[in-house]
Amino acid sequence: MSSLQDEIRAAAEPYPDKKSAVMGGLRLAQNEYGGWLPPEALVEVAEALDLTPAHVQSVASFYDMYNLAPTGEHVVEVCTNVSCALVGAQQVVDAFSEELGIRPGETSEDGKVTLRTIECAGGCGYAPVVVLDHRYREPTRPEDVRAIVEELRNG
Amino acid sequence: MADELQMVLAGADERDLTNLAEYRAIGGYATLEQARGMSREAVIEEISSASLRGRGGAGFPMGRKLSLVQPPEAAGKPTYVVANADESEPGSFKDREILSRVPHRFIEGCLIAAHAIGSRHVFIYIRGEYLAEYEVLKAAADEARDAGVLADVTLVIHRGAGAYICGEETALLDSLEGKRGQPRPRPPFPPIAGLYGSPTLINNVQTIANVPIILDLGVAEYKKIGPESSPGTVVYSLSGNVERPGNYELPLGTTLRELIYDVGGGIPNGRQLKAIIPGGSSVPVFTPDQIDTPADFDSIQAAGSFLGSAAIIVVDDRACMVQLALRAEKFYMHESCGKCTPCREGTRWMVGLLEKIESGRADHADLDLLRNVCDRVEGRSLCALGDFAVWPVRSYIDKYRAEFEAHIDGGACPYGGSSSVRGVMAPIDLHRHLPLAEVPA
Repeated sequence: MSSLQDEIRAAAEPYPDKKSAVMGGLRLAQNEYGGWLPPEALVEVAEALDLTPAHVQSVASFYDMYNLAPTGEHVVEVCTNVSCALVGAQQVVDAFSEELGIRPGETSEDGKVTLRTIECAGGCGYAPVVVLDHRYREPTRPEDVRAIVEELRNG
Repeated sequence: MADELQMVLAGADERDLTNLAEYRAIGGYATLEQARGMSREAVIEEISSASLRGRGGAGFPMGRKLSLVQPPEAAGKPTYVVANADESEPGSFKDREILSRVPHRFIEGCLIAAHAIGSRHVFIYIRGEYLAEYEVLKAAADEARDAGVLADVTLVIHRGAGAYICGEETALLDSLEGKRGQPRPRPPFPPIAGLYGSPTLINNVQTIANVPIILDLGVAEYKKIGPESSPGTVVYSLSGNVERPGNYELPLGTTLRELIYDVGGGIPNGRQLKAIIPGGSSVPVFTPDQIDTPADFDSIQAAGSFLGSAAIIVVDDRACMVQLALRAEKFYMHESCGKCTPCREGTRWMVGLLEKIESGRADHADLDLLRNVCDRVEGRSLCALGDFAVWPVRSYIDKYRAEFEAHIDGGACPYGGSSSVRGVMAPIDLHRHLPLAEVPA
C-alpha cells in the first residue's frame, strides 16, 4: 500500500460514499506522478477507492484538467473564449507560439513549456486571461509574453 | 445615473471579510444564530416571501426549491445542501468575486439553508480552475469550523476538474458522486432525489449569499430593492469591448445602457456598439436598439433573451458575427457531454456549417440548413446545453443575416483579416497537449 493510496483514502473520508473522492484522488495522483496520469496512476486511484481502473479512466478522460499525456515542466494556458477573443486573445496565443517556437498543443523542445488554449477561465473582466501553472495572470497582453517565457525558461 | 449598491459584497471594500473576526465585526454569523432560533418553516417563509430568484442562470425561486425538499425525518435518510460554485458560463465571473471577497457570507448562507431543510451536510462544488478562490474559501471554512460556527454541520469543498457541463445541476451531482459529469433525466428533480438519491437543495453561490441578507434586512426592506418580480441586487459581470470591465453590484433592473455607459464607461477607442450578449455567451444576442432594456429576469426575457448569470458581453463593430458564432459554437461542441444525440451531433454540424460560411465556401442552402439544424437541436436534450448551443448561432443569423449572406455572396469573410476576433477558432484538439516522444525527466 502506497502513501498515495493512503492520502486518497483520507480524502474520501468526508464523503458518505468514497467513490466521490475519485476526482480528488486523480488530482493527488497527478501531482504525485509529475503532472500527468499514466496507467499506473489510474490503477492506484482505483485500488484506493475500490473502483475499476476502467471507471477511473472514464472519469479522468472526461475532465480537461487531468493530463493523460506528460506535459512540459510548465504549462501555459491561454483562454480564447468570447470575452477574451474580443480583446485580443489570439494575439496572445500567437505571441506565445512565436516566442516558444511551438503551436498550441505542443511542448517546447527543451521540455520546459507546454502551450495550450483553454475555454473560459472566468476572468472575462480582466481579459485576456493566461493561466501559468494553475495561477491566473490577468490581463496578459502580447507585449508581456517575452518576459513570461523568459521567466519560465529560467525557472 | 446608476449607482452601485453593495449588499452581497457589502463591507468588502472597507474590510478584509475573508477573516472571521472582521466578518463578525460587521455582524457576520449573527443572522445564522437568529435563523437557528427560528423554525425551518419560518426561514423558508422568509426566503419565499422575499421572492429570491436563483442567480445562477435560471432565475428559479429559491423558496420553492426549499419547500420541495423533504425533511430527513420524512425521507428516512440524510438530506443535502449543495452549493454550485462551478461558475463557467463564458462572460461570467461573479461567483469568483463572492468566494474570494465575502466567503463567510456565502458560508453563512449555506448554513442557514442547511437549517431550513434540516440538513447536516453541505457540499460546495467549486470549479477546478479557481485555485486562488478555493484557497480563500477553504481557509474561511476552516476558520468557521474551528470557531464552532458550523455546529453539527459537515462542510465539504469539492473541486471540479474542468467541465462546463458540471455547472448544470444534475451533471454536478453525478460529478460529485464520482462519475463523469453528465445530466440526469428529470423528474425526479434534486429536491426529491438528488445527491446519493437523497433530497437535495442545490443553489448558486450568489443566491445563497443573499439568504443572510434577506433575514438580516427583513423581507419588506429587501423587496424595496429592484423590481417586484425579482427583488434584490445582482453582481453584473461586464466584459468584452467596454472601457471599464469588471464586476458591479447594482439593483436588478438596471438598464443595459446604464451598465454599459454609466458603469462601464462605454465603448473604447471611439468604436460603435454592435451587439450585446446580456446573460453569458449562451443567450440570444441583443442589437443596440435594445439597450434600454432593464437587466432583470422578466424584462430581458420579454425582450427575447435571458438574464442568465447577469454576464453582459459587449461587442463593438470590429467583430465578425460569423466568427463570433463559430467561436461560441466550438465551445459548446467541446463541452457537450455526449449523452444526448441532438446536442452531441448537432454542435458538430453547426461548427462545420459555420466554418464553411466563414471560409466563403457555403451557398445559401447551407445557411438555411444551419438555421434548420438549430431548430432541430433546441429542446431535444436532457439539459439546457443543447439549447445554449443553438441560441447564440440562431440569434446571430436572425439579427445579422446580411453579414452571413455577405460571406456567401462574396465568397469570403467581408472583414478580410480585420475582424477583432480573427483567428480565434480554438480548434478543440489544442486544449489537450500532444503526447511527447520523450518524456522530460
